[in-house]
Amino acid sequence: MSLRIVVCVKYVPDATGDRHFADDLTVDRDDVDGLLSELDEYAVEQALQIAEEADDAEVTVLTVGPEDAKDALRKALSMGADKAVHVEDDDLHGTDVMGTSLVLAKAIEKTGYDVVIAGMASTDGTMGVLPAILAERLGVPQVTLLSEVSIEDGVVKGRRDGDSASEQLEASLPAVVSVTDQSGEARYPSFKGIMAAKKKPVESLELDDLDIDADEVGLAGAWTAVDSAAERPARTAGTIVKDEGEGGKQLAEFLASQKFI
Amino acid sequence: MAEILVYVDHVDGAVRKPTLELLTLARRLGEPVAVALGNGAADTAAALAEHGAVKVLTADAPEFAEYLVVPKVEALQAAYEAVSPAAVLVPSSAENKEIAARLAVRIGSGIITDAVDLEAGDEGPVATQSAFAASFTTKSRVSKGTPVITVKPNSAPVEAAPAAGAVEALSVSFSEKAHGTKVTSRTPRESTGRPELTEAAIVVSGGRGVNGAENFAIIEALADSLGAAVGASRAAVDAGWYPHSNQVGQTGKSVSPQLYIASGISGAIQHRAGMQTSKTIVAINKDAEAPIFDLVDYGVVGDLFDVVPQLTEEVKTRKG
Ligand SMILES: Cc1cc2nc3c(=O)[nH]c(=O)nc-3n(C[C@H](O)[C@H](O)[C@H](O)COP(=O)(O)OP(=O)(O)OC[C@H]3O[C@@H](n4cnc5c(N)ncnc54)[C@H](O)[C@@H]3O)c2cc1C
Ligand SMILES: Nc1ncnc2c1ncn2[C@@H]1O[C@H](COP(=O)(O)O)[C@@H](O)[C@H]1O
Repeated sequence: MSLRIVVCVKYVPDATGDRHFADDLTVDRDDVDGLLSELDEYAVEQALQIAEEADDAEVTVLTVGPEDAKDALRKALSMGADKAVHVEDDDLHGTDVMGTSLVLAKAIEKTGYDVVIAGMASTDGTMGVLPAILAERLGVPQVTLLSEVSIEDGVVKGRRDGDSASEQLEASLPAVVSVTDQSGEARYPSFKGIMAAKKKPVESLELDDLDIDADEVGLAGAWTAVDSAAERPARTAGTIVKDEGEGGKQLAEFLASQKFI
Repeated sequence: MAEILVYVDHVDGAVRKPTLELLTLARRLGEPVAVALGNGAADTAAALAEHGAVKVLTADAPEFAEYLVVPKVEALQAAYEAVSPAAVLVPSSAENKEIAARLAVRIGSGIITDAVDLEAGDEGPVATQSAFAASFTTKSRVSKGTPVITVKPNSAPVEAAPAAGAVEALSVSFSEKAHGTKVTSRTPRESTGRPELTEAAIVVSGGRGVNGAENFAIIEALADSLGAAVGASRAAVDAGWYPHSNQVGQTGKSVSPQLYIASGISGAIQHRAGMQTSKTIVAINKDAEAPIFDLVDYGVVGDLFDVVPQLTEEVKTRKG
């Protein structure tokens, strides 16, 4: 039977752009160029590698996000994913991680899956918790933050490099996996891949299709509230000296003046 | 007075500093009740009592080491049900954030991750967070359920505040879910004898400019003269010059020390994301245009192979 892989990918504002908050204190996704989160490219890459190893596999990329999030799906399709699912609904504006995970979980169940693969964190929210929450919601094992992953005979194995130890993990499918940026460089879409992606199916879903009420998601349904967002004051310009043989000593003098030595 | 559940990070009973900082914040909100799990859990009690824990709930079981995350979630949930706290505070780390998030789903609560400060507010605890590589500061609250909040290291001072710290055994029965992900082997990280990167008061980091694994000895020597931890940019890590566990930045550790010294690091946004909240920032870079200089309190434009060894010598001399 075919191995069904669902990859969760997020459309995020470009980190090298001028990221900011909109008036309602949600992340501004309109005024800033967006793209497929670089950290989710690693998830797409591992999904494609697992699919190549398996006899028969299908890779579906899934996103919850605004109209423009289709760009992220297209990029993943041009890397080699087979099909895409886009959950888009006006009522989703301002949804926090609890709502997003609910929508993703329902969409994953509707799509059907043996393994879900996510990135280690989104580059805008940087919470790094959504995959664990998905595992909780789906009631399947979490095999997360892997720097190495493989799937064989219905078992997922991987290496997790934690703070105090490096662990080898193992769980039976179905499961939720997340991979880090140590898992291996993501491929670039080829010209052929980009052309082929244009013909691949993108299914659009709304909240109704997933039996989710509008009040379970969105800004009003969020489980957290942002009361204020202020730009951090620019750091006051520091002293910059050119080394003319005494740079190390001058620096030591500065550190001493600040009581570090 | 409301009780505040505090999840304890410890190594075989030795409480890690971020947990003691968390007790300082917890005392602003109510009476801290600590939860310590795993090997040596009961040995944490003295340190926790010294810093304000009125009670220490402990549990040990083979499951905590043999299976990933879920056994700890179930134990924390048992503590939550036993105490009915006004908030649950967890020291931020990759694993702890996962534990906190799953607990939040189970108890029907919102979650805030990586707070850098906490205050009591009319509608529950108000968390300060840094957003977009620390270019914004936000204040947020959990608006549904019992607030679950993870807090970054170096967010508050450690303060002595002796309390009873009575140890109570927590009874936990594990569900089938707890046995979902097996840890088949574990290789502990070797200790370098240097401070933990995320906890250190001073961090000395090297980047691509260090130009080779063997040259990191120069960075380490400076770090050792200052009693600092060693960090590295992703470029240095990707080149194989320094371990990934020392990477500072978006996909490495986020640090907020009193002093951060960057040598041969350009200051890309993803690097800044992990160090921009440091109190004092110093950089050594031979390119006067490097973006890292926008952040510094003191910068030296020069060759790190000249400046860093001279600095190290001078520090040693001054320290006698
Ligand atoms: C999704 C994503 C996540 C990322 N996560 C991280 C992360 O967690 N951490 C991170 O650091 N990066 C991260 N990066 C990479 C980041 O974008 C930069 O590529 C990286 O930080 C560059 O490292 P660097 O400053 O050491 O190297 P470079 O940018 O190459 O800079 C080297 C600097 O050294 C200086 N130099 C060279 N020789 C000398 C000398 N002899 N003396 C003095 N100065 C010298 C040069 O002038 C230059 O400024 C990430 C990127 C992406 C896309
Ligand atoms: N809106 C979304 N749509 C699809 N996947 C998402 C979305 N938000 C988060 N994810 C996935 O969850 C991972 C972790 O996100 P986070 O917990 O928000 O840092 C990301 O790397 C994605 O794989």
